[in-house]
Amino acid sequence: MALLEVKDLRTSFFTDAGEVKAVNGVSFSLERGKVLGIVGESGSGKSVTAYSIMQILAPAGKIVGGSVKLDGKELIGSGEKVMKTVRGNKVSIIFQDPMTSLNPTYTIGSQLTEAILLHTDRSKKQAKERALEMLRLVNVNEPEKRMKQYPFELSGGMRQRVMIAMALACEPDILIADEPTTALDVTIQAQILELMQSLQKELGMAIIMITHDLGVVAQLCDEVIVMYAGSICERGTADEIFYNPQHEYTKGLMRSLPSANSAGTRLQPITGTPIDLLNMPNGCAFAPRCDEAMRICIDKASPEFEVGEGHTSRCWMCAKKAKEKGEAIIEIEGGENNE
Amino acid sequence: MSNKPLIEVNGLSKYFDVNTGLFKSKKLKAVDNVSFSIKKGETLGLVGESGCGKTTVGRTILHLYNPTSGEIVYDGKKIKSKESIEEFRRHATMVFQDPYSSLNPRMTVSDIIGEPLDVHKLYSSKKEREEKILELMSHVGLNSEHASRYAHEFSGGQRQRIGIARSLAVNPDFIVCDEPVSALDVSIQAQVINMFEDLQDKMGLTYLFIAHDLLVVRHISDRIAVMYLGRMVELADASEIYDRPLHPYSKSLLSAVPVPDPKIARENKRIVLEGDIPSPLNAPSGCPFRTRCPYATEQCAASMPEFKEVEPGHFVACHRVGEIN
Repeated sequence: MALLEVKDLRTSFFTDAGEVKAVNGVSFSLERGKVLGIVGESGSGKSVTAYSIMQILAPAGKIVGGSVKLDGKELIGSGEKVMKTVRGNKVSIIFQDPMTSLNPTYTIGSQLTEAILLHTDRSKKQAKERALEMLRLVNVNEPEKRMKQYPFELSGGMRQRVMIAMALACEPDILIADEPTTALDVTIQAQILELMQSLQKELGMAIIMITHDLGVVAQLCDEVIVMYAGSICERGTADEIFYNPQHEYTKGLMRSLPSANSAGTRLQPITGTPIDLLNMPNGCAFAPRCDEAMRICIDKASPEFEVGEGHTSRCWMCAKKAKEKGEAIIEIEGGENNE
Repeated sequence: MSNKPLIEVNGLSKYFDVNTGLFKSKKLKAVDNVSFSIKKGETLGLVGESGCGKTTVGRTILHLYNPTSGEIVYDGKKIKSKESIEEFRRHATMVFQDPYSSLNPRMTVSDIIGEPLDVHKLYSSKKEREEKILELMSHVGLNSEHASRYAHEFSGGQRQRIGIARSLAVNPDFIVCDEPVSALDVSIQAQVINMFEDLQDKMGLTYLFIAHDLLVVRHISDRIAVMYLGRMVELADASEIYDRPLHPYSKSLLSAVPVPDPKIARENKRIVLEGDIPSPLNAPSGCPFRTRCPYATEQCAASMPEFKEVEPGHFVACHRVGEIN
């Protein structure tokens, strides 16, 4: 059984302008000890997916359907009391901006021990020891001194280390990292990614890595989900997604990246502008920007096709190509494919 | 690209006064003794981490900040007096990073783009102003129907196009692009980069392209300069600096870039630097990089390495450049 199973998750934001379907039928599963990457542009629903799993949505946001099972136990509708035992204990999250995630008026030490006291039955002294141990684990230098310092006295990379220490203090099974290195400089990003990689090996937790940076995904992830306009358009192993992309959006993303050899040549951008979630088309959400769009793409959203082992794509082009080659293609009903 | 430099920067420094207590202040050396030149039609990429002074270089060149010392020579003329600065700004403009805060929310697109025309009085009739604005909008791929709208009605990529149209209004030769694509999504980024390149071909523009995304800089630049703590540490041709970086900081910076290719990423030997960037208020003595440099010696702490040409066109500021490469 998978550690985390998300099935047909739907989350909407109810705004004055209407309902925004931020997450629109997302299904995936996560095995113990694996690193799953979720990539997509701003507004693709990758962060909202994570917040829905943790049930920490902004007041306007509501989970309107689907299921999230952790170790076989349903979380949606389980109530705040159950969620409090899940958050921090079983699933932890770190955010993009380590400055706003820490309270500026408390010391690092008191924030770390608070989290530990809240989730475990350690005494104050034990909690403090645990906090020090965690700071050492994430390679914070002079941990005793750092415990007494305030967040503003630490650099961005150091703060993100403290956030990771806090998230891992209660040994969660899953760490959700929401753009953990986006606000950091390249050399600091390399430090944090290296740290996450070594902690993952040491502690064996599963990681959901949410990012827009395909370089970060390539470095860290076993499996990758590509999201566009609230839905998963393609999923597969990192190698499959990077070397054998099947969805036109994923292909476009890969083509549009500048590389070492692209100097002097023109980049191949994806045309058009990102989709307006208030005015979603009937068919494939990517069709208005897709160079290969056919009539059926505009009329009807594509089902999920299996294009390889553990590799699926929601793109009519896959069916067309299979037909041309005279091969059969397996159509998967949404959400039933995660066994 | 001609061989004559369009813009020369000689020994440019910009210090800021920072209050460190009552009646006490300290000099923050945001840019310290930086020299380079850009040829006509060339793109010089300027990279470095936050706080290294790359944005300050761009702003000081345009005299948005008054330089503390050093000189800027544009097309053979020194930029110093008030008149020369005003004249210079008719040839040199800037594109800003954040397409949200750099456009006035209370102005329509045509007023935003038309403002430089008003300031420099570049039209003789209202009709001519109108025509010029529409022409600028078509250069950056905006429709005439967009002219009467406000900035908030556009997506990030389109806003950046408005900002670029504004910078083109005075028909400049030189544009300082300060992280122009950092705030944009990957799929939109490529559109805007292509536009910069097309405009350069069409109008013979010269760019100082400031960015922290090294893959983007590599793609667009002819030459690349690397800055660290207010100092320039290396300057060379784009392909040269990527294939054979000589300064230890450039080496680690380039190896730290996550490559969007899983096989290369798995095999890649990253040089992960220890520690953080020191505060520019307490910059280390001698070479600014020595606190994080794996090759640092006593000499590095004692004296500042000279920024010198070690190979034709390849400048490095490192005492040990000969030994470590």
